[in-house]
Amino acid sequence: MPVQRLLIANRGEIAVRIIRAAQAMGIHTIQAHSEADADMLAVRLADEAVWIGPAQATQSYLNVEAVVAAAKATKADAVHPGYGFLAENAGFVRALDAAGITFVGPSADTIDRMGDKVAARQAAQAAGVPVVPGSKGRLDTVDDAVAVAADLGYPVMIKAAAGGGGKGIRIAQSEEDLRKMAPQAQAEAKAAFGDGGLYLERAILAPRHIEVQIMGDGTDAVHYFERECSMQRRRQKVWEEAGAACLDEATRTHLCDTAVALAKAVEYVGAGTLEYLYDSATKEFYFIEMNTRIQVEHPVTEMLTGVDLVQEMIHVAGGGKLRQRQQDITRNGHAIEVRLNAEDPMLQFMPNPGRISALTLPAGENIRFDHFLYEGYQIPPFYDSLLGKLIVHAATREAAIDLLITALEQLEIGGIKTTKALHLALARDKDVRADDIHTQWLEPWLAAGNLKPTH
Amino acid sequence: MTQIFSPVPGTFYTQSAPGEALFKQPGDAVTAGDVVGLVEVMKTFIEVKAETAGTFGAYLVEDGAAIGAGEPFAELKD
Repeated sequence: MPVQRLLIANRGEIAVRIIRAAQAMGIHTIQAHSEADADMLAVRLADEAVWIGPAQATQSYLNVEAVVAAAKATKADAVHPGYGFLAENAGFVRALDAAGITFVGPSADTIDRMGDKVAARQAAQAAGVPVVPGSKGRLDTVDDAVAVAADLGYPVMIKAAAGGGGKGIRIAQSEEDLRKMAPQAQAEAKAAFGDGGLYLERAILAPRHIEVQIMGDGTDAVHYFERECSMQRRRQKVWEEAGAACLDEATRTHLCDTAVALAKAVEYVGAGTLEYLYDSATKEFYFIEMNTRIQVEHPVTEMLTGVDLVQEMIHVAGGGKLRQRQQDITRNGHAIEVRLNAEDPMLQFMPNPGRISALTLPAGENIRFDHFLYEGYQIPPFYDSLLGKLIVHAATREAAIDLLITALEQLEIGGIKTTKALHLALARDKDVRADDIHTQWLEPWLAAGNLKPTH
Repeated sequence: MTQIFSPVPGTFYTQSAPGEALFKQPGDAVTAGDVVGLVEVMKTFIEVKAETAGTFGAYLVEDGAAIGAGEPFAELKD
């Protein structure tokens, strides 16, 4: 049954994005909101709004009972979870199933399976998706470790088989290193976990983060190519691109095709992303995890392929079949997204909620700004700091960076500090221009004082 | 009587984590620089420190309650 009445169980820019997509499909939109969000843009745009609880997310956007009750009370036939909050909560999906309401996303079982790191790794391996090479099981002697490392290739990461959470991890660059470190690691593992067994994994140093966008309808699945998301601070993405300019065509094809194989193997429904570490030196990629939701950075893929991913996921949630065959999905030019956060980049990214005193949006072809701002809007302090995402699209990466600078210079968000200055500095940096970055690049760049006050 | 103010809006906490001891109890000695409160703003936790010494009076805001920028959350007896 196609979706007719959609409850949006999220807030901020993604709620606005979902409302626009649903309204364009002729769907009646119902915006769930907390006490603190009664005047947010999504509430103003939606056909209907429903209160779900106090400001604290645990009592509103994360409250399964309250959201399901709101969906029932407003006679919603489907719920879109956006990203974060309940987007990957299998219990929420089961509660909606029990109420006969459609979840816009995969099944509860798929969320459970892909949310479990070991099960996800096994599913990936079974579908032919490369995972980080590691020892098959525990290693009890140094000689065993040396033999395995010879197969894996150096550098290797030494971990406690019984451990977790990064405790006691060592990186050996050579057999000599390994012979010295393995006994230390064994002793430490024995002391910490009562088990001296070790586990070895190939160490991927300074990798890139590359991810593939997929969409499935339960029987068929397609990909919309990859995104490059290596620009990160504290594991949070800051700047994202589509596609990944560092990939050659053969690597891209292999990456995307295996992602589709995994999506088909798990009979995936909805939008999903497979995340990988990519070693530019060896051109090898390794699956890390699958996110079973629409992601913040989906607009770069939309700009690259011309497809509305949010409409597509609502379409398949309503029982529709994929509307494009793989050969109909093509990539055109290059797209970049930067995240504008209510943070002061000159003050350790201190959150900076406040009132929007003035707002000037960049205008022009191939410029998009996904946001939830309006003049006079008081940004509540209870949720994350994302204000909006500026997305540009051009024929080449170089031209896209130039357009990004133009668009950033036009964008004025008055009344609060934002990360705009960071993005302007990045766009003018020679390493960024040369696409010579990786996941460990931004934090040292910031620590070295590369971001300077401009006014 | 000196009041201690939250520098940012957010959610106020009287202890570092659920189940932990309160930062200060009534009657506790307070030294300048002691952490007396925690404010969560946009998923970031900010420790609020006393700027002057004194004896802790009371919290004016409940643990887990919303707080505004510049709003007092505790009192010190001089």
